[in-house]
Amino acid sequence: MTATASVRPARRITWWRRLPVIQQLRQSVGLQRGMLVTGLVITGVFLVVAIFAPLLAPYGYNQLRGPDGLFGAQQPPNAEHLLGTTVGGYDVLSRVIWGAQTALLVIIVAIVLSVFIGVALGLLSGYIGGWFDRITIVIADAIYAFPSLLLAIVAAIVISGGQSSLWGGILAAAISITVVFIPQYLRVVRAEVLRVKSEAFVESAKVVGARTGRIMFRHVLRNSTRTLPLIVTLNSSEAILTLAGLGFLGFGIEPSAAAEWGYDLNKSLSDVTSGIWWTSIFPGLAIVLVVLGITLIGESLNDLADPRLRARRKPAETPGEAVAAETPAAREELGEVL
Amino acid sequence: MTTVTAPAAPPGAAASAPKRARGGGFWRYLLVRFLLIFPTIFILVTLVFFLMRLTGDPITASLGDRLTPDQLAERIHEAGYDRPILVQYLEYLGNVFTGNFGSSITDGRPIVDILLSYGSATLELAIYALIVAFIVGIPLGMVAAYFRDRWGDAGLRVFAILSYATPVFFAGLVLKLIFSVWLKWLPVAGRASTRTEIKLQSLDHQTGIYLIDAIRTGSGAAVGDVLAHAVLPALALGLLTAGVFLRLVRTNVIGTLSRDYVDAARSRGVGEYRLVRKHALKPALVPIITVIGLQIALLLGGAVLTETTFEWKGLGFQLAYYLSKRDFVAVQGIVALLAVIVALTNFIVDLVAAILDPRVRY
Repeated sequence: MTATASVRPARRITWWRRLPVIQQLRQSVGLQRGMLVTGLVITGVFLVVAIFAPLLAPYGYNQLRGPDGLFGAQQPPNAEHLLGTTVGGYDVLSRVIWGAQTALLVIIVAIVLSVFIGVALGLLSGYIGGWFDRITIVIADAIYAFPSLLLAIVAAIVISGGQSSLWGGILAAAISITVVFIPQYLRVVRAEVLRVKSEAFVESAKVVGARTGRIMFRHVLRNSTRTLPLIVTLNSSEAILTLAGLGFLGFGIEPSAAAEWGYDLNKSLSDVTSGIWWTSIFPGLAIVLVVLGITLIGESLNDLADPRLRARRKPAETPGEAVAAETPAAREELGEVL
Repeated sequence: MTTVTAPAAPPGAAASAPKRARGGGFWRYLLVRFLLIFPTIFILVTLVFFLMRLTGDPITASLGDRLTPDQLAERIHEAGYDRPILVQYLEYLGNVFTGNFGSSITDGRPIVDILLSYGSATLELAIYALIVAFIVGIPLGMVAAYFRDRWGDAGLRVFAILSYATPVFFAGLVLKLIFSVWLKWLPVAGRASTRTEIKLQSLDHQTGIYLIDAIRTGSGAAVGDVLAHAVLPALALGLLTAGVFLRLVRTNVIGTLSRDYVDAARSRGVGEYRLVRKHALKPALVPIITVIGLQIALLLGGAVLTETTFEWKGLGFQLAYYLSKRDFVAVQGIVALLAVIVALTNFIVDLVAAILDPRVRY
């Protein structure tokens, strides 16, 4: 097993082809490539909709009246409101489009926060070890075992008392999700750090007299981040589901502050009983599609990283095998703690 | 061991417990695992306690807009929330240890009461969902593994990913829309119709599991009514979990299907069905059971959402209710109980895995 992609002198492959997703795209064949491409397309559409929501949405997310007065509540889909209006009198299509923006913001904040904190903790915990490591791991495991939605609820209560403005709501949702995610990053990075720590190049750096900080960040960290793209994709989809779950339980963002799919679904709960379908189906489909797209990417990355699951083309030239050997189930890692 | 990624034990290794040369073997492993439950519960309870207190005292949160400042201060003093946080924490720990979780603020019910009366409803829903998940997920996972990378596999994987991508409450809403509102085949919400509820209330020593209670009344109509109410919630939550099981079984059975002993069995003329069922699935069961145990946490989270969708009056429904009332004492109690359940399940999972595979006990 050669060490890692960044260590070997692979000069003849241009740099952009070695970027996480592009590399896998080149590596994939057949059905797996189909999955990956579908995922990329759906996610791409989601990103475009989220970024250009102000241009794409026919109305504002909190707009109740047009030139001809109030929209009216629970209007079935028609020419002016392609997807109808909600029980609160909002335009469904606009709320679905603006909802993409909220979801994207939450994903970004949540992932950035949890990657930074999780990776830092994992690095410290793995490299320093000792009692700091043990305590961190025990706490992380306790959190990991906890139903993530419940933990997110508790965190949401702490941060906002439940109700909030746009940024307050986004931050509350994102931080709630971060609390749930940190243990995962911590575990993965720590496992990698433990492996890299004993590699020869770390030893030689020590012998040369490099400072601990330099060894940690330059030698260990840079070689311990291979599995991160995979977790980031999987977590993005989980972030959307957690956000929707929070919104559905009434911990969403107020409709006057931003559009949020889970909140809209909660409000449509009573509509369903009277046969009003458009208020629930469209925000719901939006969630399903986005999560589906991101998950397809994540699944493909996962399969491509695991030689047991990768569709076979030719004997590998990939760093994928190495990753597979080091991605044990959470349980297996638990063993190391004792 | 030759292969690093080998997911499971060789066949025949199950259940027998050979003496280990080092360590105390099975019982020592069991003891360590059992003792690990306590720090887990302790950490979770502590975490929830301090997080909830960060927002201020529960009385202000739930009644702040309804009482005058004087009344508030009096109630806060009565409940002891004006004492130092550490004193409150120690008292809370002591109470939890003796099984006393206090009373909810909004309706003054003892938390233990709430847990007992609604816990059975959640348990019933979880069991139904698990049954659905097992019946759907495990056979389909084997099929997908066997037809790996062909169309059957692709279709099943799309189902698995879809079941993951669909929030359980949306799945519930769609099922409700189709089967209750449009087709009118099944009831819209609740655990039983009012008539059945009354009939069940008249029983003494109710179990709280409606199906058992309905059978005890001896009325076929009551049993049918209870089952009809359970179908949609069980399907919504069960299909979500089934997708996870499917993926899990698929991955692990693919791992074992490529092993030498499967080829050996095939060359001996063992039928393809038996090959997958016995030779490939059995050794894959240990990781499957382990991860299924971890799914209990997911299942509980899902139950909270499913119960809200279908007005299934269980712990999750109550949790959402108390959340909306900002009654954080009740929330804390329910969350703590769920944490204990998760910790206990993890222990049981470890136990089962250790019985199935001697190599797990290190």
